[in-house]
Order: sequence, then C-alpha cells, then structure tokens
Amino acid sequence: MQPIRTEEVQTVLNRFANQDVYLHLETTNGAYASHHNEGFFSAGAYIRNGRIRFSHGKITGKGPYRIGLKLDFGWVYAEGLTDWELTDNGQLLLAGHDYEGKLAVALQLSYEPF
Amino acid sequence: MERQILVVFPHPDDEAFGVSGTLAMHAENGTPITYACLTLGEMGRNMGTPPFATRESLPFIRKKELEEACRIIGINDLRLLGFRDKTIEFEDEQLLVGRIASIIAETNPSLIITFYPGYSVHPDHDACGAAVIQALEQLPMEQRPTVHCVAFAKNCEQDLGKPDIVRDVSSVIDKKLAAIQAHRSQTEGLMKAAAKRGGDGLSWLKTERFWTYKWNR
Repeated sequence: MQPIRTEEVQTVLNRFANQDVYLHLETTNGAYASHHNEGFFSAGAYIRNGRIRFSHGKITGKGPYRIGLKLDFGWVYAEGLTDWELTDNGQLLLAGHDYEGKLAVALQLSYEPF
Repeated sequence: MERQILVVFPHPDDEAFGVSGTLAMHAENGTPITYACLTLGEMGRNMGTPPFATRESLPFIRKKELEEACRIIGINDLRLLGFRDKTIEFEDEQLLVGRIASIIAETNPSLIITFYPGYSVHPDHDACGAAVIQALEQLPMEQRPTVHCVAFAKNCEQDLGKPDIVRDVSSVIDKKLAAIQAHRSQTEGLMKAAAKRGGDGLSWLKTERFWTYKWNR
C-alpha cells in the first residue's frame, strides 16, 4: 500500500459510481484491546461483500482522510484512512493504519465479490 | 512419550507463542503432530512493520508463514480448515464440531492441545476450545485423549488454579524463536520492540504452561 494521494483516490472512486459494486468495510480496536487495557471499551463493525450502488463518492480531510459514499437511500463512510492500493483486478483498497502500523479501519470496493 | 498429537487452534501463530517449544520437543522424540488450524487469520491487524500486507493479501502471506513455522517446529501434518477469522463463535456449531470430530477420529491422538474455553481472551480461541471439548464429549469417557489447554485470561489462575503442566522449553528455544519469527507479518514489530527493551525480555517464552482439561460430563 502507498500513502493516500487524494486526487488519485478520487479518480478511482469516481469509476465505481452508479453501478452495483461490492463493499468491504471494517473498523476494529483488535480483539485484545480490553485485555491489555481494562478501561478500554472495545467496539467494531464489519461488512463483507455488501452490494451497494453510490451516486457520489468523495475523499476529504488533510490526512488521515475520510471517505463518504452517497447511496440512493443512505450513506457509507469511513474515517482514519491513511493508505491505499489499486489491485491488479481493479479493486480499490483503502486502510487506516494506527501509530503502530496496525490496521484500524478498512474501506474497499470491488466490481466482483471479494 | 505421546503416540500422536493433535493441535487445534484458530489462527496461524497461535501455535508459535504458547506451545511451539512443547511441540518441537515432542517432534524431536519422533511423535507425529497434526495441526488443525481453523482460519488463515484473515482479519489480523498487523500488516508488517512497516506494512507489507493488505487485507486481501494477508491470508496468502500468513499461509506461507504458517507452513514455514510448521517446518521449523516439526509439525508433519498441517490441516487448513478454511473457516474465516473472527467468525468462529458465529459458525454453525454442528459443522465446526463435526469437522473437528472427524479429524480426531482419523488421527486418533493420545494428546490434544487447544485453548481452554472461556479463559482464552479472543472469542475465536474460546469457541475453538469449546468445539474441541464438545467433539470429545461425544466419545465415551474412557476413549477420550488427554487434553492440554492453553489459557491466558486474567482470571484463569483464580478460577482454574495453577497450571498443572509447566514445561521448560529452553532446550528448543532457538526453534521456538524461529517459529515466532516465521510469522513475520504478525511478530516482527513485537520482536523488534522486545529487542529494543534489551535484557532477557523474551525469558517468558522459555516456559510453557497448560491446564489439563477436567471433564464435567
């Protein structure tokens, strides 16, 4: 993965608009967060291969970045994104790595199921 | 000496930290070892230090790391069960227990090593241990192999007492460290941090602790 360059991500994001695409979205503190720090309230959510169609997608922020996707009847968004990659089969992978390099959030789009 | 060992853990690298010394010692004695690894750790948060894996490439990388670790430890039979990381507790219990039961029937182990259900912190660990115990409870008491459980919840000694098996694995510590290092994507940062702290920061790895499972039914 490479550090996010917003213009390039925005260009790729636009290609996924207005068609059925597959979404991977996750946020996590890791399974050990409350074990290592008992005062820590661990929370997370995960969806894999949610089929969505968005009319409009936008990356914002000065880094870490935020992305919002406007659906016909709702929204998808993620914050804390730091790195990105376009895979050989055209999947857009975005991730947020914390200060230790651990994955904290991932937002991914694909034309085919992951 | 054990006749045959079966290890059941959910994630590549679960075998490395807690039990690889014990396994290496058994392998050196000539005991065959089957390792049923439920997932490929697809949801790991460590992506390498600096990151070299992605959410999509991680399982392929971890599979290679696991194969290398098994080679180092002397695990001769690796079974990848193809479940998905962080979903074990949500799986169809019959399916999970059935897959484990069939491997137990096929390999007929004298010793099984897994996580102690309820005392192993990660939901996948607890669900994995629970499935192994359920699979064994289908067998008559006298046909069940010994089960040595790994536990590391904060309350495990309070509830379970001291571990009844405490094994010094310093004779195979080089193999153990190499097995840990084989899981490079997951352990490189940790090992660098330990080296930086200096001293004998890795001395805890020289002892492995197990609780023999006590049957309730």
